[in-house]
Amino acid sequence: MAWIAVKMLVGDRAKFLGIVLGLTFAALLITQQGSIFCGLMLRTCAQITDITGADLWVMDPSVRFIDDVKPMLESALYRVRGVEGVRWAVPLYKGQARAKINPNVAHGNEPTIIEQVVLLGLDDATLVGAPHPNKIYAGSLRDLRLPDAVMVDHSRLEKLYPKENWADLPRLGNAFYQRFLRRQFEMNDHRALIVGVCEATRTFQTNAVVYTTYSRAKNYAAQERKILSYILAKTEPGLAPQAVARRIETTTGLGARTSNQFLWMTIDYYLKYTGIPINFGITALLGFLVGTAIAGQTFYNFTIENLKQFAALKAMGATNGRIVGMILLQAVIVGFLGYGIGVGLAALFGLRTANTELAFFTPWQLLPVTAAAIVLICILSSMLSVQRVLRLEPAIVFR
Amino acid sequence: MVGEIAVESGERAAMGGAAGGRVAIRVRGLCKHFGRGEQRVSALRGIDWEVQTGELSMIVGPSGCGKTTLLSVIAGILNCDAGQVNIFGQETTRLSDSARTRFRAAHIGFIFQQYNLLPALTAAENAAVPLVIAGWGRDRAVRRASALLDSLGMGAKLGSLPNQLSGGQMQRVAIARALVHEPRLLVCDEPTAALDHETGLNVMNLLREQAVRPDRAVVVVTHDNRVFHFGDRLTRMDDGAIVEIVDQRRGAA
Repeated sequence: MAWIAVKMLVGDRAKFLGIVLGLTFAALLITQQGSIFCGLMLRTCAQITDITGADLWVMDPSVRFIDDVKPMLESALYRVRGVEGVRWAVPLYKGQARAKINPNVAHGNEPTIIEQVVLLGLDDATLVGAPHPNKIYAGSLRDLRLPDAVMVDHSRLEKLYPKENWADLPRLGNAFYQRFLRRQFEMNDHRALIVGVCEATRTFQTNAVVYTTYSRAKNYAAQERKILSYILAKTEPGLAPQAVARRIETTTGLGARTSNQFLWMTIDYYLKYTGIPINFGITALLGFLVGTAIAGQTFYNFTIENLKQFAALKAMGATNGRIVGMILLQAVIVGFLGYGIGVGLAALFGLRTANTELAFFTPWQLLPVTAAAIVLICILSSMLSVQRVLRLEPAIVFR
Repeated sequence: MVGEIAVESGERAAMGGAAGGRVAIRVRGLCKHFGRGEQRVSALRGIDWEVQTGELSMIVGPSGCGKTTLLSVIAGILNCDAGQVNIFGQETTRLSDSARTRFRAAHIGFIFQQYNLLPALTAAENAAVPLVIAGWGRDRAVRRASALLDSLGMGAKLGSLPNQLSGGQMQRVAIARALVHEPRLLVCDEPTAALDHETGLNVMNLLREQAVRPDRAVVVVTHDNRVFHFGDRLTRMDDGAIVEIVDQRRGAA
């Protein structure tokens, strides 16, 4: 009977395409909006994921997310280093600075450009938290130890140098960034020398990320008693980071989170205090509802139009179970096709928009979520049809 | 009898083998009502009726007289309110829905006025449907249906879809579908109503040649008086009751 169900389904091409398109639309919208939502959420914690090598982030206990910096005294670093189970601990500065591009240095007669930047100060000795070497497009990490040296995030470089001939970038690729090396600008009235251009994951904010050493960051930053933003720590081999984090909290009174905990803490904050999930949730829900309406209605109509055929099959001895099986098989086929095409189109969208401002990230968990939504649509659609067929009197074939 | 759908031994005994002239269908006190209260209509009013094996029995009468209702109850696709239907020794009115469905699949072939062919299936595939319902594999079922269609003069149209066939050709496919699993009872509802006179006669000729067998009963509901002479017995109904039975081989009963 399966082949009869398949032939009945694909026999009416217009309806078949209508059902598949409805499900495709739903799958596309749910995956695409879900991916944008996940992309945006990832951006909120980009600086946590960008910093690798450390297991733990130690911070003021009242910190709620990565940008909620509550500076600590530098003595906190030594207290953390003294906690049993901590292999090493290094300081991290995170703050805002004002970059001023001097037109005489930059480009002839251009007006002065003043931009806020995110300043990250890395441990002078180890440079823990620096971009991975394969994410450095020009210059060298080693040069970060030169006087006044900074490394700038490529994605926001255009904000600092808008009059640069950016049209050359696609043609020249990473070689384009060589021209920025050795350029100088002012940061909080101190000289900054670009020694590298790197990739930093785009953040929720639009400011450029500038890397320098911790001690130099202190010079750039406004003079305050407390200046240490975070402490990055590594646990001893064989020890669970969570256990060491609890020990740090108990011993020092500071807050300590694993990278993963801090990441979810940041995401939770944005979920709770911004309208992002509601907005995207509504769009995804709309996709689900519209997909259900289109696919459900078309599928139901398809069944209704075939009611006499189903009645004939019942009259000829096909049981209700086999007829229901046929309808479910048809639902599975259109669901599978709609899901595949919809997710495929969403993936294509993601590929086409890669390296643009659009936040797009499809975690594997989104795929089963979309599949579950499509299955639900198919179940709802086929249930309507199934109950109609179950109540169907085969005697209608004689009317 | 086609492989998996053989009649149970008890039924075979009740039939008395494959010899003609035995009672194939026995109907006693059959009643069927539709609607309630003032809208209540009696479609069948205590029908008593019999059909012998090896004969083509016609139920005739004006529209609304109850002939299609009688056919539906006999075929087991409509429940009666009272009475008994016994087909080849099996009292089908006492069967559960699922058992009656299995009985239909094994022993009854259907020919419908509007053919009810599946539009997405070819002629051969349509004719193979009862075998598929009986559990046959697609290829085997289509092979057998194709052979039968070939014997009905449809060999050149095996791969045609219903919308590529004429009315007469579609009814031939429907006849093949009704016979492919070699049922003991063939029920036909207005098989010539949608056909022109000549095609209708051809279809009835085909039905007589192919369907009437000593161990099979054929019941045809029709109001097409041009084909009455094809029936061995003519049962005339009016207002839910049988008003006349004519044995056309012997004269009025």
